[in-house]
Amino acid sequence: MNEARTLNLRVQKAELISPSLKHVVLESADRSPLPSVGAGSHIRLSLCENNKKFRNAYSIAAAADDRSAYEIIVRRVEPSRGGSAFIHNTIKAGQTIEADYPGNLFPPSFTAQKHLLISAGIGITPFLSYLSYLRRTQAEVRLHHFCRLDELETFRRLLQPYSTGEVYLHPNSTKIDVANLLQSHPLGTHLYVCGPEKFMETVLGAAKTLHWPSSKLHSESFGGSHAGGAPFVAVLARSGIEVKVGEDQTLLEAIEAAGVEPPSLCRGGACGQCLTEIIDGRPEHRDHYLSPEEHNAGRAMMICVSRAKGNRITLDL
Amino acid sequence: MNIAFKPSETFRDDFTYRNSDDGILRFPFPFAEDKYMYSVNIEPHVPSGPSPAYEHTFDVDEHYIAECRERAIVLEQDPSRCKVLPHMMAAQWDTLELIMESFARDYPRHFSLEKDGAQWSWKNRPLGIEQNFTFGDASTLPFEPFEYITRQAQGDFTLQDQRENNLFVDGGMVTTQADWSLEFDIGMTFHEWHAPVPLAHEIGVFDRALKFLLRLQQEQPVRRLNWTMTVNPRLDTSPENYPAWGPDRASVDQANVAQKVHLRVELQTLFRLPRSNAILFGVRCYLASVEELARVVKWRKRLHRVLRDLPEELEGYKGLSRYRQMVIKHLAPFDDDALLSKGPQPDQASV
Repeated sequence: MNEARTLNLRVQKAELISPSLKHVVLESADRSPLPSVGAGSHIRLSLCENNKKFRNAYSIAAAADDRSAYEIIVRRVEPSRGGSAFIHNTIKAGQTIEADYPGNLFPPSFTAQKHLLISAGIGITPFLSYLSYLRRTQAEVRLHHFCRLDELETFRRLLQPYSTGEVYLHPNSTKIDVANLLQSHPLGTHLYVCGPEKFMETVLGAAKTLHWPSSKLHSESFGGSHAGGAPFVAVLARSGIEVKVGEDQTLLEAIEAAGVEPPSLCRGGACGQCLTEIIDGRPEHRDHYLSPEEHNAGRAMMICVSRAKGNRITLDL
Repeated sequence: MNIAFKPSETFRDDFTYRNSDDGILRFPFPFAEDKYMYSVNIEPHVPSGPSPAYEHTFDVDEHYIAECRERAIVLEQDPSRCKVLPHMMAAQWDTLELIMESFARDYPRHFSLEKDGAQWSWKNRPLGIEQNFTFGDASTLPFEPFEYITRQAQGDFTLQDQRENNLFVDGGMVTTQADWSLEFDIGMTFHEWHAPVPLAHEIGVFDRALKFLLRLQQEQPVRRLNWTMTVNPRLDTSPENYPAWGPDRASVDQANVAQKVHLRVELQTLFRLPRSNAILFGVRCYLASVEELARVVKWRKRLHRVLRDLPEELEGYKGLSRYRQMVIKHLAPFDDDALLSKGPQPDQASV
C-alpha cells in the first residue's frame, strides 16, 4: 500500500477557456472511482518536455461528487520549462496520463467563521474548490480576484455559480488597494492568498502590517515533499555498488532498486532506523531526527528522505 | 473468509472472553526484542505483517460482535464517551466512507456497500444492520456519521484537526481505552494529550512523531503498536469507571496471575482523511491472558525478559506495580535463557 503507487488517468476533455488557459477534465483510465479529495487539494501529473520527465502539481479546481473526475486549469507559460507547453500542445481527449495520488498542502480552516480569499490570475484554481465546499457550510466567504482585463470574461464565467455578494472581480485596469480589502474583518477571519509570488508577498505583507495574526494567514505552496531533487550517485562502500539516484526517487528507493535492503521503518525522516554513516561527500538533510549539530557535522544521514549536495556521496553500506 | 464469531463473550462481570487457538496465534505480540523502550515505532500500514491482524485496513476478528455489544453498553451508560466538535463534520463523513469501503472490500461475506450517486446502501450481516442513507446528509442516519460507523467497528477512534502546525483531538469514540479520558482531553494538542507519558518527551519522541504526522499523506496510512497490561479481559478501563476496575489490581495473587493478568496490545493506525484533511487515529485493542500467551514458547520467554527488565517509570505509568513481579515469578521457570529469534512472530504453527 505504501510503495510509490500512481493513478492511471485519461483526459476526458481538454479545451481552451482563454488564449492561455486550458481546462482539463481527468478521469480514471479504467473508469474506477478516483480518490476522494478536499478543498485545496492538488494532483501531480507526470509530464514530458524536451525529453525530460518530471512531475508538476496542479490544484484540483473541482472534483465530481461521485469521484468520476477531477478538473484542473493550466496557464501556458512562455518560455515553458515546467510542463505547461506539454499540457497546452499535447494533451487532448482520450490521452492517458500518469499521476501521483492527490495531496493537500492548502486546506481551508475548519474552525474559521469567515474566509477571505484573495487571488490573481491562475491563483484562482484552489479557490474554486474552496467556494464549492464552503457554500455547503455556515461560514461567510469573500473572494477578491485580480486579473487581466482581457481575461475578465473568462473568470466571470468560472465564478458564475457564486453570488455577487461573495465574489468580486478586479480587472487590472483599476487600481489595486489591498490594504483596503484587509480592513474591518471580524476577529477569527482567515485570509488565504494564491497567485504569483510578488502578488502574494504584497498581500501578506499588507496583512502583517495590519497585525493579522500569522495563524490566520495561509498561502499556497507546493513545496514540502520529500522525494525529488537533483540526481546524484551514491557509492555503497562495502559492496562497491554505484547507485544512480534519479530526480524523482529517494536515496533509499534507489538503493532498494539496486538490490540492497538497508534497515528502514517510517520512510519519513522521523524514526532513526535508516541512519547511515557518510564516508565521503556532503549530505543535504531533510529529516526530523538528527540535531542541528549532527546535521552540521555531516557524518551521518537519514537515507529515506535526505540527499547529497553535489553529484556524489559515499555511504557505509 | 470464515470468522467464527463468539457473540456472547463478555468483557465485564463474568468475563467469559477467551481467545481461540487461532486467536492466540494471530495475536499482535508487541515485542520484537527481549527489552522494550519508547520509540517512534511508526511503519507503513501495508497489508502484510508478522500476524494476520495486520492484513486488512481495519481488522475484524472472532470478537467483533461481542465488542460491538460491549461498546453499546458503555455508550448507554455514558453517552459522553463519543463526542465530536461541530467543525469536524467533513471528518465524520470521511471516516464513515473509509470504514465502510474497507470492510466491504476486505470482508465481502460480512459487509456490503452499494452506491447510486449519493444514495448509499450498507449491509452489516454480523450485526444484522441494513441501512439506506444519503451520503452527506446526517439526518438520514440514526446517529451522526462518526458515531454511526464506529459503533460497528472494533477499537477506539479519534479525529485530529490539523491547524497551526499542530494536531488537535477534536473528536472521538473512546470506550476501550487504557485509562485516558476523551472528556478531559478533547480539544487538546498533540503534546498536551501525551503529557502524562514518562521519559518519551525527554528523548524527543513526540516532537518527531508530530512532525512526521503533519506530513501524513492520503492513501499512505501508518501504524504502530502500544502495550500495557490489564487485570481481567476488561476493555473499558476508563478513568470514568475507575471505581469498577481499579480494585481488580488488588485481586491478583500468585495462584490466579496467569488467568487474570492480560497483555493489552493496541494496534494504532493513522489515516489522512481526504475532505477534512484531518487524521483518523484508530486504536484497535487486543487482549490475551498470560496463560494464553504462554502457550507460545517464544512469547512466554520473551514476555518474561521484557517485564523483568522494564524501567521503573514504565511500570508506574502502565499501572503494573501491583502484579508485575507476580507475572515475572510465574514465567521465570519457563525461561531457559535460550536465544530467541528477532521479531514478534510466534515461530510455531499451533498451540
